Amino acid sequence: MDSKNLTLFNRIKDSDIYFSFIKSPTAVFSTIILIIIFFCSFFVELVTPYNPFDPSSLSLMDAFTPPSWTKDGLAKFILGTDGQGRDMLSTILYGSRISLIVGFSAVIFALILGVGLGLSAGYFGGKYEMIVMRLTDVQLTVPSILMALLVDGIARGIISREMHDEMAIYVLIFAIGISEWPQFARVSRAATLVEKNKDYVSASTIIGVSNIIIMIKHILPNIMRPVLVIGTIGLALAIIAEATLSFLGVGVPPTTPSLGTLIRLGNDFLFSGEWWITFFPAIFLVLLAFSINLLGDWMRDTLNPKLN
Amino acid sequence: MVMLVVAFVSFSLFNFVGDPINNMVGEETSDEERAELRDTLGLTDPIHIQFSRFVVNASKGNFGISYQLKRPVSELISERLPATIELVLISALIALVSGTLLGVYTGINRKGFLSDIILAISLLGVSLPTFVIGILFIYLFAVILGILPSFGRGEVVSLGYWTTGFLTISGLKAIILPSVTLSLFQMTYIIRLVRAEMMEILQTDYIKFARARGIKEKSIHYKHALKNGLIPVITIAGINIGTLVAFSIITETVFQWPGMGFLFIQAVQFVDIPIMSAYLVFIAFVFVMINFIVDILYYFIDPRIRVKAEVVSG
Amino acid sequence: MKFTNLIKFLLATLIIFASNNAIAKTIKWSMQGDSLTLDPHAQNEGPTTQVSRQIYEALVTRGLDMSIGPQLATKWKAVDPNTWYFYLRDDVKFSNGQKMTSEDVVFSILRAKQPTSDFKEYISTISSVKAIDDYTVQIKTSKPNPILLNQLSNIFVMSKQWATDNFAIAPQNWDAGQETFSATNAMGTGPFKITLREPNTKTVFKKNGKWWGNVEHNITEIQLLPIKNAATRVAALLSGEIDIVTDAPVQDLARISSSGGHKVESTPQMRTIFLGMDQAADKLRTGNTGDNPFKKKEVRQALYQAIDIEAIKKKVMRGLSEPAGIITFPGVTGYTKALDKRLPYDVDAAKKLLADAGYPDGFDVELRCPNDRYVNDEAICTAVVGMLGKIGVNVSLFAQTKSKHFKELKDNQGDFYMLGWGVPTLDSHYVFHYLYESGASWNKVNFSDSDVDAAIRVMEGEVDLDKRNAAIAKAWKIVRDNIAYLPLHHQVISWASKSNVDVPIRPNNEPLFRFSRVN
Repeated sequence: MDSKNLTLFNRIKDSDIYFSFIKSPTAVFSTIILIIIFFCSFFVELVTPYNPFDPSSLSLMDAFTPPSWTKDGLAKFILGTDGQGRDMLSTILYGSRISLIVGFSAVIFALILGVGLGLSAGYFGGKYEMIVMRLTDVQLTVPSILMALLVDGIARGIISREMHDEMAIYVLIFAIGISEWPQFARVSRAATLVEKNKDYVSASTIIGVSNIIIMIKHILPNIMRPVLVIGTIGLALAIIAEATLSFLGVGVPPTTPSLGTLIRLGNDFLFSGEWWITFFPAIFLVLLAFSINLLGDWMRDTLNPKLN
Repeated sequence: MVMLVVAFVSFSLFNFVGDPINNMVGEETSDEERAELRDTLGLTDPIHIQFSRFVVNASKGNFGISYQLKRPVSELISERLPATIELVLISALIALVSGTLLGVYTGINRKGFLSDIILAISLLGVSLPTFVIGILFIYLFAVILGILPSFGRGEVVSLGYWTTGFLTISGLKAIILPSVTLSLFQMTYIIRLVRAEMMEILQTDYIKFARARGIKEKSIHYKHALKNGLIPVITIAGINIGTLVAFSIITETVFQWPGMGFLFIQAVQFVDIPIMSAYLVFIAFVFVMINFIVDILYYFIDPRIRVKAEVVSG
Repeated sequence: MKFTNLIKFLLATLIIFASNNAIAKTIKWSMQGDSLTLDPHAQNEGPTTQVSRQIYEALVTRGLDMSIGPQLATKWKAVDPNTWYFYLRDDVKFSNGQKMTSEDVVFSILRAKQPTSDFKEYISTISSVKAIDDYTVQIKTSKPNPILLNQLSNIFVMSKQWATDNFAIAPQNWDAGQETFSATNAMGTGPFKITLREPNTKTVFKKNGKWWGNVEHNITEIQLLPIKNAATRVAALLSGEIDIVTDAPVQDLARISSSGGHKVESTPQMRTIFLGMDQAADKLRTGNTGDNPFKKKEVRQALYQAIDIEAIKKKVMRGLSEPAGIITFPGVTGYTKALDKRLPYDVDAAKKLLADAGYPDGFDVELRCPNDRYVNDEAICTAVVGMLGKIGVNVSLFAQTKSKHFKELKDNQGDFYMLGWGVPTLDSHYVFHYLYESGASWNKVNFSDSDVDAAIRVMEGEVDLDKRNAAIAKAWKIVRDNIAYLPLHHQVISWASKSNVDVPIRPNNEPLFRFSRVN
């Protein structure tokens, strides 16, 4: 077969990754769930008629409506409403968008930092490599949650309270990202060490290609597989870390609640019979993290047998 | 060395995050009173003198006075230290023992139905945030079933500087939910780690030889394979004790466990710098100690290291 | 090694045995916060006073019905408007066995006037205190003080000897984080004494066998176990680990009373919740119109009529609130049902008022709220934000912890804020003096009206009750017609306990365990 005639679609379709993907029901299942969640979260305006954060659209008398299938439920509020009359489904989707934005941004931040340091460390070696790897060792022993709490605590001290609410989300992204970069650094360094000694790198060096170009154009694409695996698992970790921090009350402010904030606020109604206010955000969070973890697990098995 | 760096970080926290004076006095304090207080606190001295004083004080366990609770931080910490240590130790034990057992089982019975279930649950365990598990447990065991307490340490017995919950029935009951909650996340890690190790080791030549020699399967699994598989487990478990200490912040908040994590989270919300910096130094100390202990354990379990060390020293 | 273990085991069994015996009549009490300090003069704050009240006593005190009656003093008289005599009981002993005399009372009142005391403003009118004999105390005031007894009911009496022996002559300097023996230990004449103190975790009170009073309770031990998180507190009550919660969340009351084995008691609290709008600033700090819409009465009234207080009562307060028309409540001199009637909830009228005032498209403003002071304070504010949104007023909510909220209000940082006000003296003067008088310390809406100020003078000096009442009525009418504040509701407090635990509920939220029983 003439390789030039292959479209991208066909290339993907014929690849071994695609083959093992459709053969794995968990991978397919989790991907479908994730696509639905991502779509609904990022296009929430299209999915639900309500904007729970437009105060004028709320009616307090709708508060504490139970889910639609229960006795007092209303069809217009499928998952019921919270204590202020906000539709739970829309609130969860808006919250999930915040969680996903924080999660993705934190992972991307960690990825850029980690891969940048790891790749260059592997490529240049020497003292620089030693320092970077020593840094990752130290960083790895500090648990992510503690790192994030400390960053947040310091930020609270430096930034004024009014500013803090606006800055909270960036602080959070930085805090979670900074605790995840060493994983990326380690993996990309290890992969770079393997790639570095291959002939094509030596060849490029000989014809005078600059180090930067070699690293970005030649090595980077070849180490992307393990980085993607780490990134996927890291996304689940970041989402859980965000939820945990928000639950502890040091994450995003209640005015723009993420899933963790919703669970914390709903927790007050757990015993009063309004279980849906905390139950649905919790289930949603677990479903999201679980799906990402399932996908990550499959990716690890398929893309990178060595990590298994 | 690490301790010194951490000490410097917490010192800077102390000094550069806001004006300590503002945190201590009310609005109506006059400028003269402020200046006087600044002087008595030694805040007018050069930085390096302040820092060395901080290190000396910290090594004596003196971290100043909490902005929020108005009590010496050292006293607050030492009151709450036993609660956290007991919680973390029990959790580590639960995680290590059950994690190893389940890991070995799934490692040996790779295709078993039960193994699949255990693995699926362990993946779910990684996806379940600790606080969700905690809320679930409280609701189930304390409210619906009413068999276990939902908060606090129960009756504690004071043994000099240490207060323990191990000596009373209510204390023992109180530690069950928080410690299981705290251990679950680590347990899933250990299960996966032990399983991977077992699978790898069972492929190695010496196990094959052992089989060929007709040694019983059970003996192969537990005597030969597990023993070798334990080395990374101990490292991870060691590092994980630090993680447990950190994650105890969440568990302690959910269960109102009167430990240091609960103290710390309240300090973060209130920007109570003295408590935060003391906690930081404490955590660093824990990590240094753990690394040290893990190194020693290595020495005893892995004969290769022992031999190397003897060659070097001999 | 083995031997010490054995000893530990025996010790433990002994302790379990001992504690099991004591459980018989123990009350485990929980609330959100803990006492800040055991020093009875260092902090004038709710939970702190609630704890001190069980251990310490005052010359006079408020009983279950909230009326002032004798405690350490059996009787008192004012020989002239500025000179009072208090005659003490002669059978009072401190819990260490030492007798209480007028020396201790004089010492305590002077101690409460020291610079580090949090009560120094409170009793600032007291100019001198003197022991006439062992059981007579003379108190002089700098000007006639109609609420002296009320003030004295919060000044606890300590032992001079004990304070001297333990270097606690001056109150603990709370602001400077001072540590004193008196902050972690307590020794009073009250019905209970503290035997264990772990701040924010556990405080154990034991029955004081040397108490002078007629023992009406049957409690041997009280344990105070503060639980910060509301849901955990309820869970602990439902699972039987806690006997009584004195700040039960309103949303959980139905669940608690339906659980069987638990009961809920509610009573109107002496506190009205309201919103304040700064009417003096030329420009709102958080506005967008460049002026101050709150200067116009129409705007204030529009906001008033846009608030659906019945919805707040039903959904946020779960029926446990009384919508209010003025910032005072039944039982206070000057209160009438007619004054307490609200303007009707009417969104259309509100929109029209806003348009008439020149703000047809509304305006922006920030609403400041505490989030841990009043019942569901933050939820009320969130609801208000939504309701005002419907008439085009775009409110952003800034909710924070009570200490910061009050401090920033005092610093005049609020355009629009939530506040609650109680009336310990049960007289309208207290409200006018703090909230309405020109330049008053809590008049953060900067309301000023010369007629109201004049009426306040009449309230302070007029002895003819009819004339005084007329002045109060007139003042209420003016401030009500002016819509100086937006009243919301009178708060209702609820205590939840096990069915067999009887702790009489009190409108000031302060339990008196000397009247409590475990059946």
